[in-house]
Amino acid sequence: MSAMLVTLLLESLRQTAVMVGVAAILGSLFGLPLGILLVVTTKGHILERPTLNKALGVVVNITRSTPFIILMVAIIPFTRLVAGTSVGTYAAIVPLTVAITPFIARLSEAAMREVDAGLIEAALSVGATPLQIIRKVIVPEAMPGIVAALTISLVSLIGYSAMAGTVGGGGLGDLGIRFGYQRFMPEVMLVVVVILVGLVQGIQTLGDLLARKVNKRLKARA
Amino acid sequence: MSASEPAIVIEDLVKSFPGTPAPVLKGISLSVDRGDIYGIIGRSGAGKSTLVRCVNMLERPTSGSIRVGGREVTNLSDADLRAARRDVGMVFQHFNVLSSRTVADNVALPLEVAGVSKAEIAKRIPPLLDLVGLSDKRDLYPAQLSGGQKQRVGIARALASKPSVLLCDEATSALDPETTQSILELLRDINRELSLTILLITHEMQVLRDIASHVAVIDDGQIVEEGETFDLFANPRSAVARTFLSDLTAHDLPPALQSRILPQADAGTDPVLRIIFQGESADNPILAELIQRFNFRPNILHGRIDYIQGKPLGVLTVVAENGGAVLQPILAYLQSLNLTGEIVGHVRHARHAAA
Repeated sequence: MSAMLVTLLLESLRQTAVMVGVAAILGSLFGLPLGILLVVTTKGHILERPTLNKALGVVVNITRSTPFIILMVAIIPFTRLVAGTSVGTYAAIVPLTVAITPFIARLSEAAMREVDAGLIEAALSVGATPLQIIRKVIVPEAMPGIVAALTISLVSLIGYSAMAGTVGGGGLGDLGIRFGYQRFMPEVMLVVVVILVGLVQGIQTLGDLLARKVNKRLKARA
Repeated sequence: MSASEPAIVIEDLVKSFPGTPAPVLKGISLSVDRGDIYGIIGRSGAGKSTLVRCVNMLERPTSGSIRVGGREVTNLSDADLRAARRDVGMVFQHFNVLSSRTVADNVALPLEVAGVSKAEIAKRIPPLLDLVGLSDKRDLYPAQLSGGQKQRVGIARALASKPSVLLCDEATSALDPETTQSILELLRDINRELSLTILLITHEMQVLRDIASHVAVIDDGQIVEEGETFDLFANPRSAVARTFLSDLTAHDLPPALQSRILPQADAGTDPVLRIIFQGESADNPILAELIQRFNFRPNILHGRIDYIQGKPLGVLTVVAENGGAVLQPILAYLQSLNLTGEIVGHVRHARHAAA
């Protein structure tokens, strides 16, 4: 493999890392609070707001049911507004964040819904405020599930980022398509796929490890 | 708050849930004295859990009044309610301890929530852990504890904010008999040491026998019987109470015997007499006395002596084999000793039954 290809590979890896990394951080910053809102505004929960809950649910569902490639093109005006341009690695972060935020929200919502109502009741009985219940009970108790949700989201983001080539975002997926497919260089495709597989494996392993570390329910009896 | 006001006063409490036609609580009134251990017993679905959850407003009553320490709690604002809840600790059937926190941090939760400083929390945790016997477990997580230990964490947490009332919602129902005993002992010790009022709900009469001084029997959202524990055990008036007592006292005959009891006297029958011994006279040789004085020939069918709150309670069912002639003087004699004697039915003579 030529030196040029190696340079290209490294550059693409960097682009993927930037797109996925920044979108994951932004997506968590927006998605986790959204997930919390989706849980606590449910009927019968600590901040019951059925109308808001329905509205949020609809928005989340619309975003999640739009295929990423369409979403990316559809929100180009928004991307231009936020990033100043609709082309390039940084611009691609915008649709990636928009796509992953509701994903993280739904997965973390599911994790937080699993928190035993009895624990919330116990916190209420000692006089906790809703915010204290979120910070001291719901989030810590759901932490293993939240870590698992973020791991899955990160892996999904890598998949999404392959489509970012459509808007000139670059990245490993784009390299694989342009060189491996369009220029008939299957070895490039192979290398890209191998790197992606390794990346996903690494993330999943780290995520599982972290989820186990924060799961105090797995502690052995003393 | 007046010093004479009972710890908890509930008046005409009604609770209905939307979508269910009949209210779960249909006008409950009761009063719990300061420092008392007050038990509420009922079948599942009787409304006892809803009742206790109304006391700290985990359920909002539909109507009625609840005063804790003289203060009406049904109309408090959210902020006042949170403050009021710190005066009412609650212990749960399934412990409800946070799996993400160590023993010490679980106990610290009510203090954190109340904005107590870290230094102050660090000072207040050790005596609490000491009280419940978990000093050596402070840094363990709940997953590393047994059920009884988790409940001790729950109790320490409930006591952390120095409440004046402790609510126990089936606190021992998920525990084995031995652990139940140790938790009940702990509750009794806490009641004495901290002069804490305890409102306890359960479906197990022996929990009440061991620690409650007063009992209310609740059925279908209403209190059907209420009074001192011993009196309830000695003279249960409601069918529900008798059912709950059937394993603990001998008020009711075993089914095999019960089926032989006839309601009416007949030519070939002998009367069946039930004697309830209670208080001081339970120590006297009553049966021997009856035999000597009245030439009574008892055939013992069923009997048992229990200790309720440390006082003996005996229930004895006998057949008066020499017929009804001596019964009236016997009943009068028992009454003179403040004992309860009653004819509960009749059985056929043994010789006739055999024939």
